[in-house]
Amino acid sequence: MDFFHTIIALLESTIRVSVPLIFAALAGLFTERAGVFDIGLEGKMLGAAFAAGAVAAVTGSVTMGLLAAVLISVLLSLVHGYASITQRGSQIVSGVAINFIVAGSTVILGEAWFRQGGRTPALSGDARFQTIEFPFAEEMRGVPILGPIYSNLLSGHFLLTYVAFAMVPISWWILYRTRFGLRLRAVGENPGAVDTAGISVIWMRYRAVICCGILCGFAGAYLSLAMSAGFVKGMTAGKGYIALAALIFAKWRPFNIMLACLLFGFLDALAIRLQGNPLPIIGQVPVQLMQALPYILTVILLAGFIGKAIPPKAGGIPYVKER
Amino acid sequence: MNDIAIELRGIDKSFGLVHANRNINLTVRKGTIHGIIGENGAGKSTLMSILYGFYQADKGEIVVDGKVVTIKDPNAAIASGIGMVHQHFMLVENFTVLENVMLGAEDSQILNTSIAKARVELKRLEKEYALEVDPDALIEELPVGLQQRVEILKALYRRADILILDEPTGVLTPAEADHLFRILGQLKDQGKTIILITHKLREIMAITDEVSVMRRGEMVATRPTAETSVEELAELMVGRRVLLRVDKGEANPGPVKFSVKNLTVRDARGVTMVDNVSFDIRAGEIVGIAGVAGNGQSELLEAISGIRKAVSGSVDLNGTPIDMTGNADPRDLRNRGLAHVPEDRHHVGLVLKFEESENAILGYHHDKRYLNGVFLNIDAIRADAEEKIQKYDIRPPNARLRTANFSGGNQQKIVLAREMERGPDVLIIGQPTRGVDVGAIEFIHKRIIEMRDQGKAVLLVSVELDEIRALSDRILVMFAGRIVGEREPDATEGELGLLMAGVEGRKEAAE
Repeated sequence: MDFFHTIIALLESTIRVSVPLIFAALAGLFTERAGVFDIGLEGKMLGAAFAAGAVAAVTGSVTMGLLAAVLISVLLSLVHGYASITQRGSQIVSGVAINFIVAGSTVILGEAWFRQGGRTPALSGDARFQTIEFPFAEEMRGVPILGPIYSNLLSGHFLLTYVAFAMVPISWWILYRTRFGLRLRAVGENPGAVDTAGISVIWMRYRAVICCGILCGFAGAYLSLAMSAGFVKGMTAGKGYIALAALIFAKWRPFNIMLACLLFGFLDALAIRLQGNPLPIIGQVPVQLMQALPYILTVILLAGFIGKAIPPKAGGIPYVKER
Repeated sequence: MNDIAIELRGIDKSFGLVHANRNINLTVRKGTIHGIIGENGAGKSTLMSILYGFYQADKGEIVVDGKVVTIKDPNAAIASGIGMVHQHFMLVENFTVLENVMLGAEDSQILNTSIAKARVELKRLEKEYALEVDPDALIEELPVGLQQRVEILKALYRRADILILDEPTGVLTPAEADHLFRILGQLKDQGKTIILITHKLREIMAITDEVSVMRRGEMVATRPTAETSVEELAELMVGRRVLLRVDKGEANPGPVKFSVKNLTVRDARGVTMVDNVSFDIRAGEIVGIAGVAGNGQSELLEAISGIRKAVSGSVDLNGTPIDMTGNADPRDLRNRGLAHVPEDRHHVGLVLKFEESENAILGYHHDKRYLNGVFLNIDAIRADAEEKIQKYDIRPPNARLRTANFSGGNQQKIVLAREMERGPDVLIIGQPTRGVDVGAIEFIHKRIIEMRDQGKAVLLVSVELDEIRALSDRILVMFAGRIVGEREPDATEGELGLLMAGVEGRKEAAE
């Protein structure tokens, strides 16, 4: 029974760490499917986390925090859009620039406003997301097998966690079952076809980056308002890049993205759990190795085990009408 | 009843210094197939892009169905009942036929309802025009002929009454092309108006009712097809210009320096562009290849200079046989004495952002005299460039100027100086005077003759028939990827024109 509880606890933390990955990877899905590569997921998430932490600390309202996160993230998306869609600049350079600007400015603004070494004040009560307990969660806890699954695994998460998992089928539905999705995917494959069909390629791509901004905003808000109680400098810690890896690993498909994010989340959770605990046979594993495991696995998986990941054909290329 | 579908009045369009369309007037009657013919670069596609709202004309009016319209984007064109089948299909390859057909003309926000409606409509169109295609097939799995059919269906789905087809047969096999013509005939019978853009005379003669000829951005003539002939059209297309006079003495041909043997080249889509071509060039002789642009000359040049892989065939360079299907690479060929002046100096011949002196050694930058160990010997390179600038009268005489800032003629001289001053045994030149001013043309022609008189084997490919006739010692005519005839330089324009149009050649081959 002890082993079972360990598994449940491991899966529970898998879910917890997967949420920002899912939001960010879905965010990347929207823009990359429209042909705009976005290496700036990391920066948008970080900016959103800071905005959420700062606004929630000042207003004491988690809703205001969430809105601020989405607003900042969408603004950053529009900067990326302006540089790479309107000005036809390099999408990689623009994305990297956003990452750097956000990494620096969040610390400076945080220090200037709150004087806590780049942190935002610790949040509590209404300024933070609270976990949602399902009905009878307490009563069910005693039931063998099903009890812990229901009360620990399914119940007791933040609202945003449920939103993240709901976003998977919703994103799929938007992309594959609506006119907007059809056009969005077309613009990432052959913008010429969209243009000649009388639809504005520019406007389609802007709408896609706005979708990306909203989802990155959720990811950031989750980090500082749910997972932690406030913003800590550099708190995204490479999650934006892992989300990008998950996006490629999942071959730009929504349900695959969820599975990829859960896998990467599981590795992360495993690394945390194994820290300091000797493994049978192998013995003590250095903490650093465990922390590096998700990244190592990403490289190995991407290098050879997922087959050919074909990106959207027009991805990364600014649209210019050809003569 | 107004029987004019489209009227263009005084359309004018420039791209920077290129005057693509000059004061174009065109009248297309309803329910006819109207051909627009001209060589590559004559301005046909630009004109049609203006009609489809891809570009705005600088001047002029478009009248559709008797009303002056402003076509500011493809949407406006679609609203005016104009549909276009592009040369490069505008299809999303990993979408189904149905998704492609309805893209941009979806019925509602939710796809399922749109798809259901589109399916019904597509069925109706398929029946009405006998254009069967599986609505659920992915585009990438369809052969090009069917992909084109999807493009036509796309236009019909948007209720186009006027259909523009831009070089529709370029990617088709002859059988597919014949099928397309049957479809176009049917569409015409149903009252649609069709504008067919092509540079192939055969197609014009086969299916059009009227034909307009474009040359160098101008509309030079419009004729009822029944009252014209291939000869007349060929002449109008190529244009009779003042005969260029070049002072050249008798050729003094020596032994064979370069021969091409059974060369076959296919393009990316698998269409055969060069079909089993063989010829010899002797030392001290200029062999010209005449032909309407797009008949395989470009692919031939690219293959024998090692830029493009051939499907089969070889060349004999200075007595060394070289297999062109795999191992030939441009540097190796250069080292063996072959120099190449490419047709497209902007994309192949030069790096426009480099300074003149850098372009003057491009491709020969491994040469010891330009190097200092692993570093470039800048002084030697500049000195070398200065020398060439003097000798070729390149203006402005500034080796450090960015190449993009030179005029077309001077850019061409930079390429010629680079290739000729190496003293190659074989010189291959594509379009030596395209986009070059008159003064430079004379200079370039003189240099080419000089190369011949020095005993080089020269291959000259040009779409300017006058140039071919003035410079060549022998003329080969290329049509549909094959050499269809050989003539002396004193052959008449008409005689060559017939060969270029593929008329005489087929007879010769049949006999």
